[in-house]
Amino acid sequence: MSEAAVKLTKKNFESDQDVRWCPGCGDYSILANLQRVMPELGVARENVVFVSGIGCSSRFPYYMNTYGFHTIHGRAPSFASGIKMSRPELDVWVVTGDGDGLSIGGNHLLHTIRRNLNLQVLLFNNRVYGLTKGQYSPTSLEGMRTKSSPEGSMDHPVDPIAFALGAGATFVARTVDVDAKHLQHVLRRAHEHRGTAFVEILQNCPVYNDGEWEAVEDKTTRNRFALVLEQGEPLVFGDKDARRGVRIESGVPSLVDLPDGADPLEHGVAVHDEKRTAAYGFALASIAPPQFPTPVGVFRAVEKSTYEDLLTAQVERAVQERGPGELAALLHSGDTWTVAPD
Amino acid sequence: MTPAMPESSQPGGSPKPVHEIERVAIRFVGDSGDGMQLTGTKFTESTALAGNDLSTLPDYPAEIRAPAGTLAGVSGFQIHFSSVDIRTPADKPDVLVAFNPAALRANIDDVKPQGMVIVNRDAFTKRNLERAGYDEDPLPALRERFQLVEIPIGTLNREAVKDLGLTQRQADRSKNFFALGLMYWLYNRPTTPTEEWIAKRFPDPIREANQRVLKAGYHFGETTELFPTSFLVPPAKIEPGRYRNITGNTALAWGIVAAGVQMQRPVFLGAYPITPASDVLHELARYRQFGVKTFQAEDEIAAISAAVGASYAGLLGCCTTSGPGMLLKQEALNLAVMTELPLVVVDIQRAGPSTGLPTKTEQADLLMVLYGRSSDSPIPIVAPATPGDCFHVMLEAFRIAVKYMTPVAVLSDGYLANSAEPWRIPEVETLLRHPAQLETDPEGFAPYRRDPATLARPWAVPGTPGLEHRIGGLEKEDVTGNVSYSPVNHARMTELRALKIAGIAQDIPPAEVRGPEAGKLLVVTWGGTHGAAASAVDQSHEAGFTASHLHLRHLNPFPANLGEVLGRFERILVPELNTGQLSRLLRAEYLVAAEPLCKVSGQPFKVREIRDRIEAILA
Repeated sequence: MSEAAVKLTKKNFESDQDVRWCPGCGDYSILANLQRVMPELGVARENVVFVSGIGCSSRFPYYMNTYGFHTIHGRAPSFASGIKMSRPELDVWVVTGDGDGLSIGGNHLLHTIRRNLNLQVLLFNNRVYGLTKGQYSPTSLEGMRTKSSPEGSMDHPVDPIAFALGAGATFVARTVDVDAKHLQHVLRRAHEHRGTAFVEILQNCPVYNDGEWEAVEDKTTRNRFALVLEQGEPLVFGDKDARRGVRIESGVPSLVDLPDGADPLEHGVAVHDEKRTAAYGFALASIAPPQFPTPVGVFRAVEKSTYEDLLTAQVERAVQERGPGELAALLHSGDTWTVAPD
Repeated sequence: MTPAMPESSQPGGSPKPVHEIERVAIRFVGDSGDGMQLTGTKFTESTALAGNDLSTLPDYPAEIRAPAGTLAGVSGFQIHFSSVDIRTPADKPDVLVAFNPAALRANIDDVKPQGMVIVNRDAFTKRNLERAGYDEDPLPALRERFQLVEIPIGTLNREAVKDLGLTQRQADRSKNFFALGLMYWLYNRPTTPTEEWIAKRFPDPIREANQRVLKAGYHFGETTELFPTSFLVPPAKIEPGRYRNITGNTALAWGIVAAGVQMQRPVFLGAYPITPASDVLHELARYRQFGVKTFQAEDEIAAISAAVGASYAGLLGCCTTSGPGMLLKQEALNLAVMTELPLVVVDIQRAGPSTGLPTKTEQADLLMVLYGRSSDSPIPIVAPATPGDCFHVMLEAFRIAVKYMTPVAVLSDGYLANSAEPWRIPEVETLLRHPAQLETDPEGFAPYRRDPATLARPWAVPGTPGLEHRIGGLEKEDVTGNVSYSPVNHARMTELRALKIAGIAQDIPPAEVRGPEAGKLLVVTWGGTHGAAASAVDQSHEAGFTASHLHLRHLNPFPANLGEVLGRFERILVPELNTGQLSRLLRAEYLVAAEPLCKVSGQPFKVREIRDRIEAILA
C-alpha cells in the first residue's frame, strides 16, 4: 500500500535528527505547526522538498522527514526554482529568514516572486541576525543597538510585505509563530495557492531580540494589537468593548473608534478584499505600529500564470510543432557536404 | 599568393583565367556597424560548401557601435581556407579587405608582403583619415608594399540601388555585400546560396538592395581590369565523411543536447548573458523539442543555483558562463562538491582580470577553476581542443559528472567559441550512450553510501518513495549523510572527495604523444592552443627541428601516465594564453622543468610564435 493512501500524522513528518534551536525560539512552534499541517495537505511525503539557505531558520529542512536541501546563503529561492522548473509535480517549500531572504538573498527573492513559481516561501522575521550572534538585520528598526551597531543602526528597514507586493507577488500573508491556529490556517492557504505564496512569520528570537513581537504573540494583548484580515470582513480589531476600525482613504489608513454594537461599514471602515489592487495591498502594508495594529492574515491572493506551467507548455508545444527532437537530424541540419574517399 | 598550378580553364563562366592555389587567408575589416562578421560568416559558409578545410577568427570590439571610423570600432573576420588540412586561422592574411582608413591602419601591418589589399576608396576622406590618425593619405605608400586595389565601393553600391527609394543611410548598409560578391567572383564561388539567404532574411526593398549589390560586386570583379585573374582553392583531401561548418559555441550547445539524449535525462541550462558564452544559451533555447529547459536567471549565482537544484531533482544541470561569471558561481559550485551532485559548468574564458577584454580570448581561468573555491574542493576539468571538439567534450563532461556524482568544469575559450571549422558529423550510434541511473531502492539506502569502484554516492531524487533524506552544505557524516562536526569524519570525507576525483585518472585515455615517444623537446598544450601548436610542431619538423606534441583534454585529474611521459623528454615547452598556469601545475605535480611560452594579448597564438621557440630550443 502506498504511503499516500495511509493516513499520515505529524509524527511521519518528524525526522530523526535532534532539533538544535535555542530554548524558547519561535522556530520550534513553526516547525511543530507545519508538521501538524503537512498530513492534511494530501501530498505524498516523497514529493515534498524543503529548501533553505543559511541562518537559524535554514536548519528547518533537517527536521522535516521529507526531501530537504540546506543550500547557501540567500540563494534558496534559486535552488527551489531549479527544482520546481525541473519537476513541477514536486511540492516545494522555501524556508528563509529576514537576513537570508531580504539581505543577501533579496535579489533572488524578488525574481522568484515575480516569476510566480508555484512554491511556498516562509520568511521567519525576527528582525535580527541570530546565527552570527546578534547583528542588526534589514528588517531591524532604525536605531537598534547591536554589536555591529553600538550607536544604533542607521539602516531604514525593509518591510517584507511591501517588498513582496512590490515584486508582484500573487499571494502575500503574515502570521505569528506562536498563534497555532492562525499559523496553520495561513500555511494551508499558502499551500492552496497556485503561484509563489509569500508568508512572513513574525518569530521571536529569545536570545538576541526577545519580545520584538510580544504585543501580537501574547494572547492577552493580541486582540488589541493584531488586525486579523479576513476576506469580506471589515478591518476591525480590539477587545469586544473597545473595537476600532481602519479606514483607507486615497490609500491612506486612519483609525476610527467603534461604539458598542455599531456597524463598522457605517463608520467608513474598509472591507478586506484579497483580490483588490496592489495599491490596496500597499495601504494595508503601511498599517503598522506604533500608530496602528499589526495586520495578520492574507493581504493579497490573485491568480497569474506560473513560470513552470509556461515552461512546460513551451516544451510541449515545441514537441507538438517540431516533433520530438532527433539528434541525428539536428547534427545534419543546415548545409552539409560529403567528402568522398579517394 | 603564388599560383600552385598553371592556369586552368574557368569553371564559373568567367572570361578571365583561373589560378588554382592551395590555400589563402582573407581578412575583412571595417567599422563594427559595417557587417564584417556577417560578411565573414557568409564567406565561411560558401567556403565550407566548396569543400575546403577552413579555420576562422572573428575579432570584434566590446562596444556594439563605437564611434564610426575610429580605431576603437574596428571589427574583423579572418578566414583561412585550403585544399589541405589546416588547423589555424593563419598567422598573416594574404588578402585584406578594408572598409575605411581606421580598419586599414589597425590591420595593414599583419598582411603578408606583396599581399592583396582591397580598400573602399570612397572612405578615404580627409575626415576619416584624421579619425584614423593618418596625417596624409596612406595609400600611395602602400602601392609599393602590396597589390593595392582601390575600389569606390560606396559609390558603386549607391549606384546599384539608386532607384529603390532607399535613404542614403539604408543604401550604405548594403556595401558589405559588394565586397562579398567581389570575393565570390575572385574565389569562384556561386552567389546563389547567399542570395537565397538574403531573400529569407530581409524584407523588401532591403532584400532587393542586398541581392543587387551582391551581384554588382560579383560582376565588377568579372569586368574590371583591376583583377586579371580569379582563384580556385580545390576541395580539401580530409577524412571522408559527412561534414558541416561549426563554431565552438554551436558545437558546445549541441553537445549539451546530445548529452541529454544519450543519457536519457532532460537537460536544464541555467545561464545569465555574458560574452562570449551567450550564444550557447541562445542556441539551446531553440531546442525545447528535446525537452531542454533553459532558464535565463537574474544573475550568475541564481543561474548555477537553479542548475544545482535541477541536478538535485534528477535533471542534467548545466551552466555556461565566462570568467567573471565563473567567479560568482564558485560558492554554489562548492555546494555541489559537498552535496556530490552531477553538474557541468562551462567557462568560456576571456581576457581579464575583471571585465578585462570581453571579446578577446585567453586561457587564464585554469587555476581559478582548479583552486578558486574555499577549502579543499576538487573537481574534474576538461577542455576542448578545437571548435568541433566542444561537442565531444560536453559528452565527456556529463559522463564524468553522472558516473562520479560530481560537478565538472569545462574550459573553452573565446577563440574556440567563435571560430569555425569543417566538422565531420559523428554517427549518433558511435556516441557514448549510457543512461543515467537514479537510485530507487530503499533497501539499505544511505545518501552517502558509495559505489566501491567509483566512490560515487547514489543519485536519489525527490519523488522517490522511501529515499527521503536531507543534504546540504554542512559536513556530512560518512555513509549516512547526516550533519557531522566530528574531526575524524571531516578528515575522512575530505580524503574521500579527493580520492573520488583522483580515481577518474583510471577512466580517461592515457596521454598520447604525437611524434617521437622520447627526445629533446615535448610541447604540451591544452584548450584552443592545440591548432597553432600542432601546426608549429609539424612545420618545425619539416624544417628539420623535431619536437613531440602532447595535448591535454583532461586537466584534472591528469591522465595516469602523464608523469611517465613527461619524464622521457629533456625539455618541456608549454605554450598557453596566460602567464604560466599549466606549466606551474606540471612543475608542482611532476617536479619537471616545464617552461611556459606565454601570450596574453587577447589573441590566439600564431604558428610562427610557437615555431620560433621550438626552433630556438632545438637549434
